[in-house]
Amino acid sequence: MSFISYLINGISLGSVYAIIALGYTMVYGIAKMLNFAHGDVIMIGAYVVMASVSGAGLPPVAAVLVSIVFCTVLGIVIESVAYRPLLNAASSLAVLITAIGVSYLLQNVALLIFGANTYSFASVVPVSSIVLAGGSLTITGEAIVTIISCVVIMVGLTLFIHKSKAGQAMLAVSEDKGAAQLMGINVNGTIALTFAIGSALAAVAGVLLCSAYPSLTPYTGSMPGIKAFVAAVFGGIGSIPGALIGGVLLGVIEIFGKAYISSQMADAIVFAVLIVILLVKPAGILGKNIQEKV
Amino acid sequence: MALLEVKNLGISFGGLRAVNEFHLTIEKGCLHGLIGPNGAGKTTVFNLLTGVYKPDEGVILLDGENIVGKKTIDINKAGIARTFQNIRLFKDLSVKDNVKAGLHNHYRYSAVEGIFRLPKYFKMEKAMDERAMELLAVFGLDQEADTLASNLPYGKQRKLEITRALATKPKLLLLDEPAAGMNPNETQELMETIRFVRDEFDMTILLIEHDMKLVSGICENLTVLNFGEALCEGKASDVLNDPEVIKAYLGE
Amino acid sequence: MRNMKKISKTTKSNLITYGMVIALFLIMQTLVLTGNVSSLLQGLLIPLCAYIILAVSLNLTVGILGELSLGHAGFMCVGAFTSAFFSKCTAEAIPVAGVRYLIALLIGAAMAGLCGILIGIPVLRLKGDYLAIVTLAFGEIIKNVVNILFVGRDANGFHFSTKDSLSLGLEADGEVIINGPQGITGTPKDSTFLIGAILILVTLFIVLNLIHSRSGRAIMAIRDNRIAAESVGINITKYKLMAFSVSAALAGVAGVIYAHNLATLMAQPKNFGYNMSIMILVFVVLGGIGNIRGSVISAIVLTLLPELLRGLSDYRMLIYAVVLIVMMLFNWSPKAIEWREKRSVKLKRRKRKEA
Repeated sequence: MSFISYLINGISLGSVYAIIALGYTMVYGIAKMLNFAHGDVIMIGAYVVMASVSGAGLPPVAAVLVSIVFCTVLGIVIESVAYRPLLNAASSLAVLITAIGVSYLLQNVALLIFGANTYSFASVVPVSSIVLAGGSLTITGEAIVTIISCVVIMVGLTLFIHKSKAGQAMLAVSEDKGAAQLMGINVNGTIALTFAIGSALAAVAGVLLCSAYPSLTPYTGSMPGIKAFVAAVFGGIGSIPGALIGGVLLGVIEIFGKAYISSQMADAIVFAVLIVILLVKPAGILGKNIQEKV
Repeated sequence: MALLEVKNLGISFGGLRAVNEFHLTIEKGCLHGLIGPNGAGKTTVFNLLTGVYKPDEGVILLDGENIVGKKTIDINKAGIARTFQNIRLFKDLSVKDNVKAGLHNHYRYSAVEGIFRLPKYFKMEKAMDERAMELLAVFGLDQEADTLASNLPYGKQRKLEITRALATKPKLLLLDEPAAGMNPNETQELMETIRFVRDEFDMTILLIEHDMKLVSGICENLTVLNFGEALCEGKASDVLNDPEVIKAYLGE
Repeated sequence: MRNMKKISKTTKSNLITYGMVIALFLIMQTLVLTGNVSSLLQGLLIPLCAYIILAVSLNLTVGILGELSLGHAGFMCVGAFTSAFFSKCTAEAIPVAGVRYLIALLIGAAMAGLCGILIGIPVLRLKGDYLAIVTLAFGEIIKNVVNILFVGRDANGFHFSTKDSLSLGLEADGEVIINGPQGITGTPKDSTFLIGAILILVTLFIVLNLIHSRSGRAIMAIRDNRIAAESVGINITKYKLMAFSVSAALAGVAGVIYAHNLATLMAQPKNFGYNMSIMILVFVVLGGIGNIRGSVISAIVLTLLPELLRGLSDYRMLIYAVVLIVMMLFNWSPKAIEWREKRSVKLKRRKRKEA
């Protein structure tokens, strides 16, 4: 039974990674940049929920909505102020370093407002745990909500991208910015929309993550952010189903690694699997390997 | 014996047969042109000759030695150098350093000798500098030796690419559309340069070109490629008057 | 004549870099001896030497080879732990600190360089951001492995464990050398500011001379155009690996300096994790990609900046972050570059008019 409960925990954690990885993958696909600040948007999202619930006394659902709106706006602001001017910079490292600067900025703003103390994040999930198999298997409400949210988001996003005009524009921009512009697509607007969606998802991920693992500090988003990025690469960066597969795979490996091998080595195991996958499939599981034309 | 002999060369990409049963013979010292409509597979032939792609079948004999399956760098060492259709210079290196990179395998000293500035470093660098300047002078690029390659005007970038290829001391030089993007004056000058290279360096040259004036002006022999197959091969004047060739170019 | 001028131009530029380091060292040393440097800043001098070496060596990978590495701190970690392990084990056997330090340096550099080769062989086939993420992963793995490593020594020799210090099964006279997350305590503190400065010069010597040699030209040719480099007969794997492993070995040297300056050496996220690798990358990019002297300057400025801002207490890291973003925008945004160029043209015109 413990195997199944580890598996469910793994899928649940993996679902959070998948939601974060979506933000990475979409932004990478469209702006070809590693948004190192993405993980910190998660942390901001969680703080906003906490502040709205305990500070402003909002009901949890309203707090989550406030957080989503806040992070969406934050994402758009970050993109337009810090990233857009560097979109056509001579080196792609420029925007990477700026993203690192934004990451430091978000962490230190949170540090100034909320201090370095660890807050215990009260779960906002209203679903109670399910006990199965005569008490030997417990599935937490958080796990259920997380997995369901992940599936809903994946389906919704896939539909949005393939069925809506804005989604088609995203695909076009990620293929070829110049050509998309010539076809009359608002490239800057599309990139901003991508950041908005990615950041909104980060807020959701922040809430789910902190509901399951309730300790919140200004650095909470950092490691999950990196791991979600790893998940995006796992699955093939730029691919939405890839983010799902990569995220879940990574979550399951991490939980199994913790349970059966060594809790200190869990991260090392995750990274080792990443390396092996990339050596076998250099563009990730679902990524396309593009060869340079001579 | 011919310098280059290609027999029954073929490659497919997925379902597309890019080059099929391709034959080519180039005598030493010859200026040979490879022509054909767009998409006929000319650059693919170059990529097969230089080991960028591995052929599905066929042999490529350079001086009697089969070079199929060798890596690009070993094919260069065996004696084939090339230029590229879309210029590929070392853009952040100086003009001279581009040529010195071409001299890489002919003036050797180790990294340790370089780091600790041992006598061999000074000796070899001096020899390299002299050789590079000699080559640059041939192409009239010696005044720009310290310029960054990316700051050269277009025509000179094409010339620098040829200089760099020559620096590797090839037996056979492959030029991929050397006149692309040049005006008639520049093309005229390029023709003289190519002829000069052949005479001065005793070079065998295979070139891809669309500019028929250049092709008929300097090529002694021609091979016409159409849909990946050699349509005909022979003396330039004969080939250009061949009704099959005219049909391939102008359509029915 | 042109050749002579060219050679002397790079040599001159190199000499300025060496001179700058020596001058800064002499100034700081004088200030320290005359008691004009706060103890806080004084404590920062040796780590600063390590950071400068890290920045210069990372620039070899990022600027000269043109590959993004986010695992530089991992190589530093290898150098730090292997050398500290050696120094602690031989603290009594080799009483002469200078000799011991020299051997520690060679061990640290060799082990880090070896890791660079082992990691580089499979990984350097990957491109761009994939290489970045894999190097980041390697850095984290190295940090993690060090944290579960327990090594002890007694009369029977060395004992290893990955669980805890008790399971080493040491005899009563035994001592724990590497104590898992608690790291290595009691490494002889042999690093000095002078040694640090000398090692900076050695690093600069190696990197600058490598760049301006046949091998360096091959490395930069690969950076500028891999396919063309192959076509002129340059061995891609060999030179990529050379740049990567030299860079790793020098990071190992930085690790040796760093380790021999601490009472307790622990592998934590902030000193050997990806945060450190990223900080070094920030030095490199702000100093100018491929600009070695720039790396030295930006490592100094960016290490001292938070300290100089200490008066602003809580706001200092915030300001640091803002400064970083603004500097990146100013240096790299195409619009800002255009504006600067226009301005400099205007200034030149005005000067010409006045003259």
